[in-house]
Amino acid sequence: MSATIAPRLSDRAPLGLAVTCLVVIALMLFPLVATFLSSIKTAAEASAVPPHYLPSALSIENYAKVFQYQAGLGTYLFNSFMVAFLTIVLCLVLAVPAGYGLARFKIPARESIFLILLAGMMVPYQALLTPLYLMFSTLGLANTHLGLAVVHTVLQLPFSVYVMRSSFEAVPRELEEAAVIDGCNSFQILWRILLPLARPALVTLVLFAFVASWNEFIGALIFMGKETRFTVPIMLVGVRQGHFGAVDWGALQAGIVVSMLPCLAIYLLLHKHYVAGFLSGAIK
Amino acid sequence: MRPLARRFVGLVYVAPALLFVATFVAYPLVQLVLMSMTNASLLGGETFVGWNNYLRAFRDETFWHALAFTAKYTLYITPILMIGGFLLALLAAEPGRLVRLTRAVVFLPVVIGLGSSSILWVGLLDEQVGLVGRLLHDLGVVAQPPVWFVDAQRGLWAVILSVVWKVIGFGMILFLAGIQRIGEDVREAAIMDGAGYWQRVRFITLPLMARTVLLTTLISVVGSLLAFDQFYIMTAGGPGSETFTSVYWIYQNSFIYFKQGYGAALSVVLLVMILVVSGCQILAARRWPET
Repeated sequence: MSATIAPRLSDRAPLGLAVTCLVVIALMLFPLVATFLSSIKTAAEASAVPPHYLPSALSIENYAKVFQYQAGLGTYLFNSFMVAFLTIVLCLVLAVPAGYGLARFKIPARESIFLILLAGMMVPYQALLTPLYLMFSTLGLANTHLGLAVVHTVLQLPFSVYVMRSSFEAVPRELEEAAVIDGCNSFQILWRILLPLARPALVTLVLFAFVASWNEFIGALIFMGKETRFTVPIMLVGVRQGHFGAVDWGALQAGIVVSMLPCLAIYLLLHKHYVAGFLSGAIK
Repeated sequence: MRPLARRFVGLVYVAPALLFVATFVAYPLVQLVLMSMTNASLLGGETFVGWNNYLRAFRDETFWHALAFTAKYTLYITPILMIGGFLLALLAAEPGRLVRLTRAVVFLPVVIGLGSSSILWVGLLDEQVGLVGRLLHDLGVVAQPPVWFVDAQRGLWAVILSVVWKVIGFGMILFLAGIQRIGEDVREAAIMDGAGYWQRVRFITLPLMARTVLLTTLISVVGSLLAFDQFYIMTAGGPGSETFTSVYWIYQNSFIYFKQGYGAALSVVLLVMILVVSGCQILAARRWPET
């Protein structure tokens, strides 16, 4: 019987499975590999028509060019990192206490408050961009790192609160009782007992806030109107539009690689955290 | 501590986040609705115009076209993402090192920004310097490298190709988690009853994953209805205004034509539509039993 009914695909058709895997891997990696290979071609070869599959000579010319693009790649990288950093700080400062308050205190209308904090998940932030833009113009937050970080926090706060609340709730209360007897106040309990135990949740929060902020596009496009305040994705759009219609393809490929590197590095280093975060956030 | 004092302390912890949401979500939301009833513009001037903006939206052919185009994009891409994601999840549920590698590689583009990936595909699909055209030509599929962005339909497929590449791993991971939640005992019982692989997928895996499938579909639908980055970068709304999405048309009115009041009215319309879809999501999540 087990001959006709194989429990798994890998038993029934191991070769077919392996071939399918290899095809999928090739299809998924092709765009990344092709872009990387183009970025290390010489500038002339990167714009060759028809294109060459492999670089005939290695060159960092394209990277050198993108480093000197307009205000300099350094400026755009700084902007992106700065906004991401401020977003992380805002999410931590707001979501850690909120998660603690919701997990450990009998606040009146607790679940309603929780829903209000999660409302950002239902209200698409794209719809809020116009009023926020006008508000920031009067507050002097337009074209500032902090202003864009606030927009990214609007985007990222619901997930952050959700992750912190569920991770604090998972900590057994007995651990805190001893501290209460020792005379610890609620802040000391949060700082000394809960936060160290919630480290995986903190990593997830920081990771997702970074990736979301680094990659966010329409907000950066609208709020960072000044050339010197562009984040990396907005700079890429500029490179792509080119000068007088002539696109520097090599520099563009190099810019794309630079823009992807931090997120790819995070994924390769913290793969487990990243996937776990996705699963906890997306489906409740 | 007395219970009343504890309640107060709890509120203090929650207060900063609540204040943030009130200032940067609730207040702008009210502003948006008020603004939608004015002819506010970045160039100045703000008179109350009542429902005029909404009536104008109703007669705005480009807006209708943008709504229809966004719906079309959503209807095309959602089944591809869901069926593709589910098949990849079935693949990823198998044991073995090669499978684990495949899973990691498929998920890789999910961490890349939609902006970066869209520009990456602009380069790959370019009819002159792009490798996709060269590859299709060398494989004998096409005589000339195809020009993607001169035609709305082709441009749409180019965008779909790039977005599927970028986000298909998202569905795969969620479906994989759903498959893994189904107990080994259920699977073994089905094998005892003589159910083949695809029979088990059809009659056991899928029904037990109904909730996961539904929620993943709704997340994907909401994401597609809000599409902007990929069209802004890849088609720029063209040719003509044929590939404007709803969010793109709102952006165009608010920040290119400086018609903030009108843009706000369009935003309110979009907001209501998204809330209806999200409302369905919550209702479905509540009514569907957790497996």
